[in-house]
Amino acid sequence: MIRVVLPPHLRGLAHVTGEVQLDVDVQPTVRAVVDALESRYPMLRGTIRDHVTQQRRPFLRFFACEEDLSHESPDAPLPDAVVSGKEPLLIVGAIAGG
Amino acid sequence: MSGVRVLVGTRKGAFILTSDGKRAKWDVSGPHFAGWELYHVKGSPADPQRIYASQTSGWFGQVIQRSDDGGKTWHQPGTPPGESTTGPGGAPKGESNKFVYDTSEKTGKPLTTHQFYDGNQHPWEFKRVWHLEPSLTDPDTVYAGVEDAALFRSTDGGKSWIELAGLRGHGTGPQWQPGAGGMCLHTIVLDRSNPQRIFVAISAAGAFRSDDSGKTWRPINRGLKSQYIPNPEAEVGHCVHRIALHPSRPNVLFMQKHWDVMRTDNAGDSWTEVSGNLPTDFGFVIDVHAHEPDTVYVIPIKSDGEHFPPDGKLRVYRSRSGGNEWEALTRGLPQQDCYVNILRDAMAVDSLDKCGIYFGTTGGQVYASADAGDNWAPIVRDLPAVLSVEVQTLP
Repeated sequence: MIRVVLPPHLRGLAHVTGEVQLDVDVQPTVRAVVDALESRYPMLRGTIRDHVTQQRRPFLRFFACEEDLSHESPDAPLPDAVVSGKEPLLIVGAIAGG
Repeated sequence: MSGVRVLVGTRKGAFILTSDGKRAKWDVSGPHFAGWELYHVKGSPADPQRIYASQTSGWFGQVIQRSDDGGKTWHQPGTPPGESTTGPGGAPKGESNKFVYDTSEKTGKPLTTHQFYDGNQHPWEFKRVWHLEPSLTDPDTVYAGVEDAALFRSTDGGKSWIELAGLRGHGTGPQWQPGAGGMCLHTIVLDRSNPQRIFVAISAAGAFRSDDSGKTWRPINRGLKSQYIPNPEAEVGHCVHRIALHPSRPNVLFMQKHWDVMRTDNAGDSWTEVSGNLPTDFGFVIDVHAHEPDTVYVIPIKSDGEHFPPDGKLRVYRSRSGGNEWEALTRGLPQQDCYVNILRDAMAVDSLDKCGIYFGTTGGQVYASADAGDNWAPIVRDLPAVLSVEVQTLP
């Protein structure tokens, strides 16, 4: 079970409160987790990654275990603590603008 | 008793203002989609319970929302939660926020760049939906004007979108360039008397017309003069801010250009200036009285460098002669120390008798007049900056 923390705007869009818990059938990576997230919550498609390029949106970042994973390969394995559910994967919106 | 529903898009959410036909007491609901930019909210003329909203964010991209109950509840018209996002054979299902430019040889000629601020060619990149224009006859058909400028259409209630690529592909696209607000297709005008005809306007390219339901397009900018571009009378490159028409006389259009208020009597084949005695002919909004085709409204803004009313006085100007002769409407509007702006999609009219006029400001006020502009009062004073105002006249 992978735990994911969404930014507030996306929690509202997905009609969830608190963390999201996902079953990921394959090797847990950022790509696999976001795939599973979008499958469970289709309304989030296009909001974290661009529809066409599948690139992370510039004002969003991925963090886990106090590490910034945003510039890692999306296919890099997630830390063991995330895979075990001890730590969440954080999807964080930039603190900027009005 | 008849009533009105005013749909307000703001920098931080949408608001719905409702009143009976007297338009004196108002109920306010919202914010809907709090924290998001609502560029435009508009109801279907064919089904007033159907409302479309463009919800957008620099962080999270574009979302399309739809209500089927007059704005009480909303949903994204794409794949419902819990359903597979792919259909039989693995093909992706419709996705309500997916706007992909058509670059196929077959439809629009592969067009991938436009002129950028520095004069170089720049790739077309989707940013947001500025304007949603529901069909006049079918609640499930809706057009979307987007940045970077292109026109999309949905025929399934906003679930999926297809570009009408003939607009970008007709030939002048590489000469289009962004205005200060981006390169946006911000105005879509449909003609009730001719379902084949569509007008659009783009900053900074100009106005365009299709007479075959959006397959082919041509620029309609003859007569426009823009001193700030290399050839002031160029075929394209003009910063058109807004166009409007009266349904009973669809060949007559009025335009608020960056500078100049313009009029055409031949569906855009040629334009003449009708700024007349306006204190300044810069501005964003323009609209036409619901029952008087020659009564036109603008809100003059001081200049392109100073986006606020001249002299700190918020004045709507009305022409009853189709332009050139304008009168200031001030009763109930602030006449000192007012430095708000009124953005291009932020004026609308209802179809009651007397005609109601509405506009919203970047200061968060929405003003209404229930007597065609003679008297004004704020419906609300302290919303986030208003991006758009639309009105539904309810039976």
